[in-house]
Amino acid sequence: MIKEYTCIICPNGCEIEAKIEGTTILEIEGATCSRGKEYVEQELINPKRNIATSVSVEGGILPLVSVRLTKSIPKERIFDVMNEIKKIKLKAPVTISQVVIKNVLSLDSDVIATKNVVEGSNI
Amino acid sequence: MTVIKKDVVIIGGGSAGLAAAVQLRKKGISDIVILEREKQLGGILRQCIHDGFGLARFKEALSGPEYSQRFIDEVEKLGIETITDATVIDITSEKKVIAASKSGLLEYEAKAVVLTMGCRERTRGAISIPGTRPSGVYNAGVAQAYINLHNTMVGKEVIILGSGDIGMIMARRMTLEGAKVKAVFEIQPYPSGLPRNIEQCLNDYNIPLYLSHTITKIKGHSRLEGITVSKVDENFRPIPGTEKDYACDTLILSVGLIPENELSLSAGVELDNRTKGAIVDENYQTNVEGIFAAGNVLQVHDLVDFVSIEAEALSESVADYVNKGKLSECCINITTDSNINHTIPQKISGAKDFKLSMRVRKPFKNCEIHVIQNDEVIKTVKLKKAIPAEMIQIKLEGAKFKSPDDIKVVVR
Repeated sequence: MIKEYTCIICPNGCEIEAKIEGTTILEIEGATCSRGKEYVEQELINPKRNIATSVSVEGGILPLVSVRLTKSIPKERIFDVMNEIKKIKLKAPVTISQVVIKNVLSLDSDVIATKNVVEGSNI
Repeated sequence: MTVIKKDVVIIGGGSAGLAAAVQLRKKGISDIVILEREKQLGGILRQCIHDGFGLARFKEALSGPEYSQRFIDEVEKLGIETITDATVIDITSEKKVIAASKSGLLEYEAKAVVLTMGCRERTRGAISIPGTRPSGVYNAGVAQAYINLHNTMVGKEVIILGSGDIGMIMARRMTLEGAKVKAVFEIQPYPSGLPRNIEQCLNDYNIPLYLSHTITKIKGHSRLEGITVSKVDENFRPIPGTEKDYACDTLILSVGLIPENELSLSAGVELDNRTKGAIVDENYQTNVEGIFAAGNVLQVHDLVDFVSIEAEALSESVADYVNKGKLSECCINITTDSNINHTIPQKISGAKDFKLSMRVRKPFKNCEIHVIQNDEVIKTVKLKKAIPAEMIQIKLEGAKFKSPDDIKVVVR
């Protein structure tokens, strides 16, 4: 069967057409780099995504620190991971790249801070 | 008020201003200052917490705050002067800059002024949606600031008008935070944001996108209660009988960005009616000598990586200008056919290589962009697809343009 994909790996957003049997790619067209094929393979076996959200911070100049995952996680686990992240409260200072949750839900991905929040009152 | 003399005053400490400052310093221009209106550097990226920034520049997918922090770190390491909480209130054609800051009014006299104020969002007023004026109608960037900076959720049942990238990113963000995003409506027959955002922000969460639709009524008194949408014809006129009602407490508008040029106008900078940004030459110099512009204040970009690159290219020219006091005259105009919305720069000297940025007006498949002078095709670029959502950039050799006649850029 022929399936169409929009690759999300980079902003080029290649439109890929793949001839597929089960989870095997027979033919692939439209990807301008090798990551396109890897993306389609991943989509066939286990679609994965990264997510970004925020965690509340006490005693910092900002009420929130933004966080993201170090590796993509299976798409159907996104809301489970959101629930884990929502449980977290941090105390300032928070530094960029600080691990907020190590190996979240054993998915081989860490939740890390993506902003510095120094101590102080809200600005 | 003491007048402070500077080689370069940079207006705005967002992606463009930070990159410009770092590059100027690396070029040996150290008497510079960045004036930033907000309390922190970083500009709009402070609230763009999603990932995907920096793929072109750093070969990794960073969030907005991480991307800008890399530049802020460099600004600090290089000891570049920055003043936050300082709003520039006037720039003159003599390159005087006046800012209101915490320590009172600041007056600068600069050899060169760099405009990097970014852009702002089009609002409900600009697109004239009929109906009442309840609370619950937000621009996408405003909702983004509420949620990502101020820890305030904006609503529960959401409709989005406009398929701009920020709107789609907010559709995903609000879904993750537990809101129900019911649909995205776009008046054009094609999406205005990037294909990958349709995929990962809408399709992933089963949010439908309706093209050739617009909102024809806003209902509710103290709070938004619902909207009516209609299909539109090819002239964007609502088609009677196609109305459909949706209940919602929140309407997000993602209907375009406009370069923020009030200050540029006060300095006498001439704007291009197509980009709403300055008319610039290959040096990113405006019609006012010594005033330069880059980033979203010049033309709205789709990727921050290209904003940084543009600001760095600007800095090469600004450093030259500060050192030599003059740059070569740019008398060759660049024109387009009706398939191309605009180009940056709009004029060149023919003495320098340059990068030509442009956007097409409508989607094309398997097309060629031709750069022509005196009926001679100087450069041809073949594209599998060209869409208005994606800026096209072409590198050109200045020396190839031998005559002072207009250059024409066309889609074939």
